[in-house]
Amino acid sequence: MSRFALIVAHELKLAFRQGGGASLALGFFVLAGALFPLGIGPEPGILSRIAAGVVFVTALLATMLSLERLFQGDFEDGSLDLLALSPLPLEAVVLAKCLANWLLAGLPLLFAAPLLALILHLRSDGLITLFAAMLLATPTLSLVGAIGAALTVGARRGGVLLSLLVLPLFIPVLIFAVAAVDAATQDLSARSALLALGGFLAAALPLAPWAAAGALRQALE
Amino acid sequence: MSLFEGRDLLCVRGERNVFARIGFALDDGQALVLRGSNGSGKSSLLRLMAGLLRPAKGTIDWDGESIERDTAANNRRLHYVGHLDAVKPSLSVSDNLAFWSALCRGQIKEDAVRRALARFGLAMLADIPARMLSAGQKRRLALARLIASPASLWLLDEPTIGLDADSIAVLRESINEHLGEGGLAVIAAHGELAIKGASDLDLDRAAALDVADVLQ
Repeated sequence: MSRFALIVAHELKLAFRQGGGASLALGFFVLAGALFPLGIGPEPGILSRIAAGVVFVTALLATMLSLERLFQGDFEDGSLDLLALSPLPLEAVVLAKCLANWLLAGLPLLFAAPLLALILHLRSDGLITLFAAMLLATPTLSLVGAIGAALTVGARRGGVLLSLLVLPLFIPVLIFAVAAVDAATQDLSARSALLALGGFLAAALPLAPWAAAGALRQALE
Repeated sequence: MSLFEGRDLLCVRGERNVFARIGFALDDGQALVLRGSNGSGKSSLLRLMAGLLRPAKGTIDWDGESIERDTAANNRRLHYVGHLDAVKPSLSVSDNLAFWSALCRGQIKEDAVRRALARFGLAMLADIPARMLSAGQKRRLALARLIASPASLWLLDEPTIGLDADSIAVLRESINEHLGEGGLAVIAAHGELAIKGASDLDLDRAAALDVADVLQ
């Protein structure tokens, strides 16, 4: 097993042993999304208009909740020192942790999204695009969020600070993800918006681990 | 020229000079014991040696080449045991050690993990969750990392904290074996750990000499 796979497996094991694991972000996603029909009323016209936005805003918040502990636990118990001193570059360690975070918190959202879409009366011709947009957007959220998690590691009340740092960075992803689904439900092409989401992911894959590793090195000094 | 050598090191933390003009030189099979009062910079010097901190001035070389040149090679040759034990409470004792051992080696070696646990008296506890361990047992688990995977340089930050007399003896024995095999060790200690033939670096005295120098 390569060192990269070893860290991913270790993270997954830790998450399942500590309980909760994948289910916390997922539970938040479904519950928070289901509150909207209750608050706004069951009128299908209004709900289907806001459905895509609600799905992505709750997905974004659910991802952020899962990010708070991404490096904090390792920082507090000294594991981060050892990870930084492992033969694997710290950038690759960060990428492995992002992948584990996405598998635990991002991927389950993909499978819950159709349920939420149903509750919110999203037009069924937008479903495939919703799935594709989630598939492209959630890894970007994990990666970009890792930068915030690395910057706030060691800070008291880091969770609030994290959201202030990271939420603005999530805005472009939100705009294009919602635009893709809206285009699909209005029988327009979602291609350009999906391509933009793919572009964000392609940019975040090398840049976010690099930035987060830099922030972590700073935190260890 | 020595194998592991630091020259004219200046360490600044929070705009305060922790120490200045510190140097050391170590060769195969040699140990260095860092002494000094609390806050004299023993931990900082160990973190400098590990490459976790960067010196504000001065150089640290391994075999004539700066340790910052090739971080991966530097990381591969060292073990660092700091104040924190890096023990995950929800994993079993052997899973904790197996992870770090495999991460250092690049492959899983169960017999090495089992031997390291037995050496530090944790064989009976291998399958229980690490949250059940006492502080001293956690420390032993952290120290077992040293022998679960090979590395030529050991950096130990007050490794005897929380250990009972038997465990200190095991640690001393492990360090002596490591030195006998040509390894290097740098240990921050307050005197509980007598390593034969180790040289001393007293950070308090170095600081006093430095002040005297400046006054002249």
